[in-house]
Amino acid sequence: MTDEFKSRIDGMVREKRIVVFMKGTPAMPMCGFSAAVVKALREAGAQDLSAHDVLSDPELRDGIKEYSSWPTIPQVYVDGKFVGGADIVRDLHRQGELSRLVAGS
Amino acid sequence: MDRPVLNAEHIRARIEAALLGATVEIADTTGGGDHYRASVVAEAFEGKGPVERHRMVYAALGDEMRSGALHALELSTYSPAEWTRAGGSR
Repeated sequence: MTDEFKSRIDGMVREKRIVVFMKGTPAMPMCGFSAAVVKALREAGAQDLSAHDVLSDPELRDGIKEYSSWPTIPQVYVDGKFVGGADIVRDLHRQGELSRLVAGS
Repeated sequence: MDRPVLNAEHIRARIEAALLGATVEIADTTGGGDHYRASVVAEAFEGKGPVERHRMVYAALGDEMRSGALHALELSTYSPAEWTRAGGSR
């Protein structure tokens, strides 16, 4: 991964408190797992999230996997820190931890 | 449809080989050979967070995970103690 690309993603993961790399958009998710993380984040109180559609950006689709050392999409970042993919977000939501994370407390 | 690169038994064998003493329950969620749901119980998960646990399983599956041959693997990870608390049996 080039330094330039890495710094591009460094910027992306910090542009909002909550950042999602997904297939499709929150309004029109193109994958059930991507839809599920957006729904869970919303239910947990996230109102202002930044979403990036990897399907419209092939470089990002591969690059984010390498950046995060995580082989799948979706991926969720909170406060610039990698939280996980669909399973982890689902589990955090089930445990009530996601709303705490979203609230930043 | 293309023949699936990894069937459920392959996935189970890979994970069990990588994580000593692991128990894997796995189901093909769509019947299409590329969407699976797995519960993995392993001593090696003890004291580790969810991200690290998932990375351990993904590492066991290697290239198939990254290449997309395995489109989706829904993963739940448990230490033996967590598995018992969750009401599971081994």
